[in-house]
Amino acid sequence: MGLDVRMPMGLMFSVLGALLLVYGGLTLGRPGTAPTGVPINLVWGLFILLFGLVLIFLARRAR
Amino acid sequence: MAPTLQWIDYAIILLYFAFVLGIGVVLRRYVRTSEDFFLSGRSIPAWVTGLAFISANLGAQEVIGMGASGAKYGIATSHFYWIGAIPAMVFIGIFMMPFYYGSRARSVPEYLKLRFDEKTRALNAVSFAAMTVLSSGVSMYAMGKLLNLLLGWNFDTSILLAAGIVLAYTFLGGLTSAIYNEVLQFFLIVLGFAPLVFLGLREVGGWSGLVSRLAARATSNGLPVDAYTRSWAHMGHAADNPIGIEWFGLVMGLGFVLSFGYWCTDFLVVQRAMAANSMSAARRTPLIAAFPKMLFPFLVILPGMLALAVHPASGVRATGGGPPAAVTQDASSPAGLTESNGIVPPKLDPTTGAPLRDLRGNIVLDYDLATPMMLIHFFPAGLLGLGLTALLASFMSGMAGNVTAFNTVWTYDLYQGYIRPGAPDSHYLTMGRVATVAGIAISVAAAYVAAAFNNIMDFLQLVFAFVNAPLFATFALGMFWKRASGHGAFVGLIAGMLGAAIHHGISLPVGASVGVKGGYLGTWVTFPSELAQTFWTAIVAWMTCFVVTILVSLMTTAKSAEQLQGLVHGLTPSMADQSRVWYERPAVLAVIVLSATVLLNVVFF
Repeated sequence: MGLDVRMPMGLMFSVLGALLLVYGGLTLGRPGTAPTGVPINLVWGLFILLFGLVLIFLARRAR
Repeated sequence: MAPTLQWIDYAIILLYFAFVLGIGVVLRRYVRTSEDFFLSGRSIPAWVTGLAFISANLGAQEVIGMGASGAKYGIATSHFYWIGAIPAMVFIGIFMMPFYYGSRARSVPEYLKLRFDEKTRALNAVSFAAMTVLSSGVSMYAMGKLLNLLLGWNFDTSILLAAGIVLAYTFLGGLTSAIYNEVLQFFLIVLGFAPLVFLGLREVGGWSGLVSRLAARATSNGLPVDAYTRSWAHMGHAADNPIGIEWFGLVMGLGFVLSFGYWCTDFLVVQRAMAANSMSAARRTPLIAAFPKMLFPFLVILPGMLALAVHPASGVRATGGGPPAAVTQDASSPAGLTESNGIVPPKLDPTTGAPLRDLRGNIVLDYDLATPMMLIHFFPAGLLGLGLTALLASFMSGMAGNVTAFNTVWTYDLYQGYIRPGAPDSHYLTMGRVATVAGIAISVAAAYVAAAFNNIMDFLQLVFAFVNAPLFATFALGMFWKRASGHGAFVGLIAGMLGAAIHHGISLPVGASVGVKGGYLGTWVTFPSELAQTFWTAIVAWMTCFVVTILVSLMTTAKSAEQLQGLVHGLTPSMADQSRVWYERPAVLAVIVLSATVLLNVVFF
């Protein structure tokens, strides 16, 4: 198949991670945003963004 | 209890919808023949088919059902993975895939036609087609009900929207679109549920904290103190463990009959391997899938267990299930151990609205809400959108898996086989798309009638026991005994299904009433739990099919050795392993997977 599935996945997770990261940054410190003391949107958004970028990198390298 | 979703939550859900539809649109241009549509042109790499293999199975019954079972049975639910899936996945990859892929059959029923005869194929195709739309309907019903309960979303709108999106991307891109989206859904589900486990474990003080908090629940239910946190220790007697089954029934019923019956013969998963780009990739497909499958208990069972252990006031929003949710039942507990229901709400009497109570007087919990309540409890706006998207993805991947398997079996095995053989390929491609629409329409209809069971998993296991349990006997004899005949296979399958129905009809779980739970032919056998009854029904079905197939085969004529080339062990030339590196060799992967599974069983023994 001509489409490398890592490319759309990488794009989606990069956008999703960036959304969570920015939203987490904007709402940092507000009540109800840090379950068990962890600013989870910020932390997990960053992780998902990095995951998405790795997928894009792998897809581009395989071309 | 319904949280108000913020713009960020909707943005994440819409982003996901846009990408799954986009993948379908992009892939449409690659679909030119019926083989492209139904089998992805046999062109997909192993890691993609492997993740799709696992994701097609990762539907609602997995995420919600296994969370519910985690809350109900504890870590013993891992038996559904560590003995109820991994050994069978290794077996199909090593021993059965050479026949499925090597025969060039386009579906599992078509393999049965090549190996046995038309009637065996027709029986399997019809029962499989019915089962896939039923499963899809159950999945949709669960989704509509859940989204209505959690978020107040309209039941009909939820079902029609999800069905419409699945229809669009499978209609456009066929199996490739379903497989690509299943891989995306796989990562989404992992990324959506992993923080739930992390936050839950942080709140209860890690695994040791969870063990101590679930101890009280065990003792108040009359079980050993660690019954919910050890998987094998209390399997000696049915009365000592929450599943209510002894080790033999568990290993034979779940670990052998049901597990091998599903993972080794169900076209829903086998189709993913058939789409692989080589024999080696097809064999590696279930083995690659086994790695994440082995770790799924931590992703889907733990949230259910944690839901019973977390403190209702510990989350980002109040999720106490009303006054009964934190009932203390310490009368029968040892000193210092008190039981709480965590954040799992009680099941309410539909007429009075009061919490239901069991025979012991304990409140009956709505276990299906265990995992969804965890999402609402721990996830703030933003992550909640991700968690809900993961939940939607699980429903949609299961639905797409069922629909793509259904349209293939309908088009190739039933329509081309019996209704209109010999038509041009483009006709079958069109029929595949029509069957996709029809399959989803029937599933939506089935969603409205699939409403009788509390625990979805128990219900599906029951259906699988009737239809799938005898199947593995047919395939095992078909692939490894050249004397097995078409008449033998057909009569054996019918006898196995009848055996299952009769056994179910003469047995009843303790406390259940006669009817859909069994006992409709008289209550001759009583089981300590519904799952025990299901597992033993499967054992009876398998044994009946195995014995009857052998007896009838010995009395009838089998196909000649020439006709069975490539279909039966011993009449198929052994293949040289073409793997380029050691980690691509199926045998090496199998040893690693099995060793790790044994280790997990030992750690949680």
